[in-house]
Amino acid sequence: MRAVFKREFKSYFTNPLGFVILAVFYFFLGLAFKDYYSNGIPYVGQVIFFLSDIGILFFIIPVITMRLFSDERRTKTDQVLFTAPVKLIKIVLGKFFAAFALYAMAFIPTIIFQIIVSSQENIDIPLFYYLYALIGILLFGAALIAVGMFVSALTESPISAIIFTLITNLVIMFSSSFASFITIPNTTSGVLEKIYYGFLQVLVKLLNALNFNGVLSSFGQQTLALQDVVYFVSIIVAFIFLTERALEKRRWS
Amino acid sequence: MIEVTGLSKRYGSFLAVENVNFSIQKGEIVGFLGPNGAGKSTIMNILTGYLSLTQGKVTIDGFDVAENPEQAKRRIGYLPELPPLYLDMKVREYLNFVYDLKKVKFPKGPHIDEIMRLVRIDHVQNRLIKNLSKGYRQRVGFAQALIGNPDVLILDEPTVGLDPQQIIEIRNLISRLGKNHTIILSSHILSEIQAVCDRIIIINYGEIIADDLQENLSKQLSTDHSIVARVICDERDMLAALKAVKGVQNVVSLGKKEMGAYDFEIIPEEGADVRAGISNRIAERKKTLLSLTSSRLTLEQIFLKLTQAPNNEAARKMLRLDEADVKETPISSTPDIVIEIPQENDEKEDN
Repeated sequence: MRAVFKREFKSYFTNPLGFVILAVFYFFLGLAFKDYYSNGIPYVGQVIFFLSDIGILFFIIPVITMRLFSDERRTKTDQVLFTAPVKLIKIVLGKFFAAFALYAMAFIPTIIFQIIVSSQENIDIPLFYYLYALIGILLFGAALIAVGMFVSALTESPISAIIFTLITNLVIMFSSSFASFITIPNTTSGVLEKIYYGFLQVLVKLLNALNFNGVLSSFGQQTLALQDVVYFVSIIVAFIFLTERALEKRRWS
Repeated sequence: MIEVTGLSKRYGSFLAVENVNFSIQKGEIVGFLGPNGAGKSTIMNILTGYLSLTQGKVTIDGFDVAENPEQAKRRIGYLPELPPLYLDMKVREYLNFVYDLKKVKFPKGPHIDEIMRLVRIDHVQNRLIKNLSKGYRQRVGFAQALIGNPDVLILDEPTVGLDPQQIIEIRNLISRLGKNHTIILSSHILSEIQAVCDRIIIINYGEIIADDLQENLSKQLSTDHSIVARVICDERDMLAALKAVKGVQNVVSLGKKEMGAYDFEIIPEEGADVRAGISNRIAERKKTLLSLTSSRLTLEQIFLKLTQAPNNEAARKMLRLDEADVKETPISSTPDIVIEIPQENDEKEDN
């Protein structure tokens, strides 16, 4: 697992990709911090949530995950991974953590922001505001990375991986809006209608369940709710497992 | 070392490998020979655990690849058709990665140094793989397979795309490694298999159609051990003289080949060695013998014969027949090939 992690993480920086991703993050974080700070709202937690508010994570994370497995498959380098005496799940975990490490690096500047804010005597904001927001955004990103990795394991080129991940992410992004478009009348007559409305109800529930943003925003409520952590962690675990299954299935087809 | 029983692999409805059985002893160098798409790579991918098998059982040194993949994989070094190289890594960095990935126990630095020396890439160890030529990339791929010093080496077309100089180098390397490794090598190039392998497994349409030592294979398949003699002489006199040699069944003149020299195809009686008799007879007549060649099939001809046979069933039947039967059943079922074989003989002798 460590070998895969090391190689994968390094590979982000042997080409400009890793630097570009970090630059984009740093640009928006810096912009938000400057804006909030000069307007007298020195909440670093707010700065972090700015990234999710403008929806940029949905577009950047596919760039992080697109190459994970699709590129290996295209260049056939997966042959060295899958014929090595290593369990498949360890390879998947190595890749997941490499992508996550790059993502986590994006939030290093917020530590500096927090130090700046904390050093101001006239501002008194508890540290856990920042920490909750940080945990929230890291879990949120990890969940999107797990989804992106799964898509990457299903595709054969980074381009198709990024396109399909973007589509998936758009569904996740607008899931609550989609859900609110669907109206279900209370009164039903015929059997067919009942079935149809039943289906719609399930769909609305499903879309609401996909509302990553909604769950994330609760991390900004100055409390850390266990159910929100469990929500993201279970998505992460599920998609890591699905990735492993998808790779295993490829051996069989 | 390697036991394969009843191996089948199905891609959807396409049966890529069907009921393949073979067993390879420690220290053997075995060649997989077959046209492109015959299933060579598929079998290799299954042996190395890259693909699963649909049916059957594969064990490496007693470890089942399906039930105990890690132990089995630990014993195999695999060089796929396209070396699995990360182009954005340096040679040494890549080998370090493979070392870590395979969880090798040998001391890291010396082990990698030794392998790099063996495949002669130590002078490019700090270059990006991206910038290496095809030959060097192949050698890095080779080095990757050797890391951890596995007992079994599986090499999928190791010399494809290399120049003749590099091919010879890789071949020598394989021969050297063959002294203390079990090697499976695949190729559709016959001379390559002929040069390095003791034993040959011919595969076509996912089935094994021949599996034997190289020389047995040639012997088994030659329909008759006829001899071709090229003599400077008078055609008709010599024909009669040769027919009178003890043990000769029949002599056919193949016509004039060089200035004043004729070719005679001599078919001996079963089991008779007539070479000495023929040479003496020609000497008695004070004629000059230019060449005396056995027209035993070359590997190339066997290969064509087997893989072009109307179907594998016919090919397998041909193989199971013993030599006596073969004589009685001229390969009339495959007329196009019968024509081809003498043609190739002619070409050879013209050279």
